[in-house]
Amino acid sequence: MSHAAAHSPHDTTHGHPPTSTGLDNKKIAIWAFIGSECMLFASLISTYLIYKGRSVVGPYPHDACLPPQCSTPLKAILNIPVTSASTFVLLMSSLAMVLALAAVETKDQPKHTTGERILGNSKLWLWMTALLGITFLGFQAFEFTSFVHEGLTIRTNLFGSSFFTLTGFHGAHVTVGVLWLLTLLAIDYRRGLGPKDALNVDLAALYWHFVDVVWIAIFTLVYLIK
Amino acid sequence: MATMAAPTALRPHTDAYGGESGIWAWLTTVDHKRIGTLYLFTSLFFFIVGGLEAGLIRLQLAGPNKHVLSAEAYNQMFTMHGTTMIFLAIMPLSAAFFNYLIPLQIGARDVAFPRLNAFSYWVYLFGAMFMNFSWFIGAAPNGGWFGYAPLTTMQFSPGLNIDFWVIGLQILGVSSLAAAFNFITTIVNMRAPGMNLMRMGMFTWNAFVVQFLLVLAFPVITIALVFLQFDRFFGTNFYTIAAGADPLLWQHLFWVFGHPEVYILILPAFGLVSEIIPAFSRKPIFGYPVMVYATMLIAFLGFGVWAHHMFAVGMGPIGDTVFGVTTLLIAIPTGVKIFNWIFTMWGGSIRFTTAMKFAVGLVGLFTIGGISGVMHASPPADLQQTDTYFIVAHFHYVLFGGSMMGIFGGIYFYYPKMTGRLLSEKLGNWHFWLTFIGMNVTFFPMHFSGLLGMPRRIYTYEAGQGWETFNKLSTYGTGVLIIGTLFFVYNFFRSFSNGAIAGNDPWGGGTLEWSIPSPPPEFNFARIPRITSRYPMWDMKTPALTAEVPHTANGDKRLDIDVAGKHTAEGHPVPIGNEPKQPAESGMHVEHATGESAKDLGIPMPNPTIKPLICAAGLITMFSGLLFIHEDKLPLALTIMMGGALIMVVSLYGWLLTPLEDAH
Repeated sequence: MSHAAAHSPHDTTHGHPPTSTGLDNKKIAIWAFIGSECMLFASLISTYLIYKGRSVVGPYPHDACLPPQCSTPLKAILNIPVTSASTFVLLMSSLAMVLALAAVETKDQPKHTTGERILGNSKLWLWMTALLGITFLGFQAFEFTSFVHEGLTIRTNLFGSSFFTLTGFHGAHVTVGVLWLLTLLAIDYRRGLGPKDALNVDLAALYWHFVDVVWIAIFTLVYLIK
Repeated sequence: MATMAAPTALRPHTDAYGGESGIWAWLTTVDHKRIGTLYLFTSLFFFIVGGLEAGLIRLQLAGPNKHVLSAEAYNQMFTMHGTTMIFLAIMPLSAAFFNYLIPLQIGARDVAFPRLNAFSYWVYLFGAMFMNFSWFIGAAPNGGWFGYAPLTTMQFSPGLNIDFWVIGLQILGVSSLAAAFNFITTIVNMRAPGMNLMRMGMFTWNAFVVQFLLVLAFPVITIALVFLQFDRFFGTNFYTIAAGADPLLWQHLFWVFGHPEVYILILPAFGLVSEIIPAFSRKPIFGYPVMVYATMLIAFLGFGVWAHHMFAVGMGPIGDTVFGVTTLLIAIPTGVKIFNWIFTMWGGSIRFTTAMKFAVGLVGLFTIGGISGVMHASPPADLQQTDTYFIVAHFHYVLFGGSMMGIFGGIYFYYPKMTGRLLSEKLGNWHFWLTFIGMNVTFFPMHFSGLLGMPRRIYTYEAGQGWETFNKLSTYGTGVLIIGTLFFVYNFFRSFSNGAIAGNDPWGGGTLEWSIPSPPPEFNFARIPRITSRYPMWDMKTPALTAEVPHTANGDKRLDIDVAGKHTAEGHPVPIGNEPKQPAESGMHVEHATGESAKDLGIPMPNPTIKPLICAAGLITMFSGLLFIHEDKLPLALTIMMGGALIMVVSLYGWLLTPLEDAH
């Protein structure tokens, strides 16, 4: 779209005509995609809520499973303090993402103070976002393995099936986001990201914030509400 | 006012699709017109496959105790008939029109993401091949197009049949979603200057609304299918009743998708008919804004009626009442459309071309199907009708009498635009009447066999229940339909080289697609037109027709469009019929075939690329690896899936890191 500005609005033979909304096509498409993703997670979360409390065997999310229901006593499986920490990590990654986008947008502006240089370092904030995302995934890997050790797999009961599928789908989305960020980093190292790349970083940011917002819904509905 | 020369008899110098020919050009194409053509051919092929499946079903049911098919083969046949017609025929036939027409109707040179568009097509083609491959190993899907779980779980359906179905639908969903993001962006963002939302062609409007239905409905079936895949392949419990699962979970998720899906199937046909009827009545569509709002209302309400498919499960009086009432409500905007089409024809100078016959056929036959649909909105009536042939009659009146009639009309209407040649009206007349008669002889008796209690999905029946005559009639009707379709196929291929030359505008249409040559050059519009009304072609050629269409200059000044020879004040109505000659640079214009290529004209066009095809092939490979899990070949399955994923990711990166077009 950049070359469209070089021509007068009357001359539509050469170059691309300007878009109807003035926004880039990719921006419209990512919002349509996010709309679709909302329905995807809505279906997953609804199923989790419908199946809440319907498991016929333990372990359960918020309640202990005691004999005779379970042959051995099983404690409530969700570890809310640990997940609160991982939620905090993911929320902070959104902050880093905002700073990364701002750094890319203002790449060309002169930096005078150390503070401005740190804030304007797109590599730093992209790394920060990606690493916080990876940390969140590490928390999730820890959570999943500890659940398996405590006797909850995706096959154990309805809670296991719906919990692992829901949070697993979210984790897969975080993984895609991390790969996206690492791709942007690779480009940044190769040729440097500048204001002309702001749109592409913005798309990754919109996706990242969306995945973050979904986690807030999951954390509230799955972990916090008994 | 620009004068319109008599339709030019010139064939463009390039080949029919304005570019290179040869198989490689088609495999690597990113041109929306070529992709639309690929969709059209593929989906017509599957329409014929689905029709032959229907033929076998009707032979089996022609009389009592027939043994054309075994019970198992019959299950596969009706499952694949439904799945094929819905996902492999009607939806992609609509996609063919979306691809071909949306950019032409809004004045764009291509869709927003040409390579994603190619990807959608290849995923559809491979997904369709994947699902039909099951026939060759004798394991075609056999659980109905709705695939009710728990019937389709491992416990009750252990074969590969359902695996093919569940994976195949998942693949087709990827295709539909990718296409929907593409078309939403195209319509939102690539309209020509002055092409306000309320000036878009009715087809584009219907297509626009359908894309939102796709975007919001397909994720729900995706999740329902993911649950089923996980249950079948990984042993989860989503549909395991013994583990406490809800036997209605699948039904709810499926119909939350499934009801919007019926509007996904019918709205594109409504859109086509809303172009055909005004063109052949020589009148603008009656109540354009109301048509737009009715389409949106149908789509909105379409998400709130799903449980009327489930009255028989016993949801209780409140659930039944709510869904009964919302279902009755949806008849209102649908009825509005029917009346608007009738009022469009009222007082018009009607020409009954084949396209118009099919369009009027839709208005009549869809109304019959719509009215039997309203009968099902009443839970007590529905309890009598559900799972009988009455339902089969109902949805074939809306799908065949509605969608297919509209699509056939659309093919007769737009074939000249796509190929530069007209279909034979004489053969078309045979096609229409055989289809119209065959369709009624096939499906009308089903109302009676249904009310006499004949259940759906039975592979044979005993004599003496009063069903024989009606079934015999239905089978005869199918024969007539098949003969009618043969006329169509012959006409379709014969007219490719023998049809009369169409010129830009064979029907005297009012919308933008008729202002450019047929077939359009690869760049569609040499100069992007500037639009000042809903029927820009009529404004130029026959302004009297659009005298009552609002012509405001809202926004045109901002867009630097010269509306009537001079800049007009915002909101000031333009005098109709006596505008001064529009300056060629800033108004609507007609383009003629010159044989010049995009390169000659300096128009940037996307480069052809094979990467979308490879990416689609990787996706299909990845999904098909799942099949080997049930063959107890886990390492093989993982190898295939990882290999497919690798192909997909590598080609995707190659695709995203390669610019769409050469720098210029």
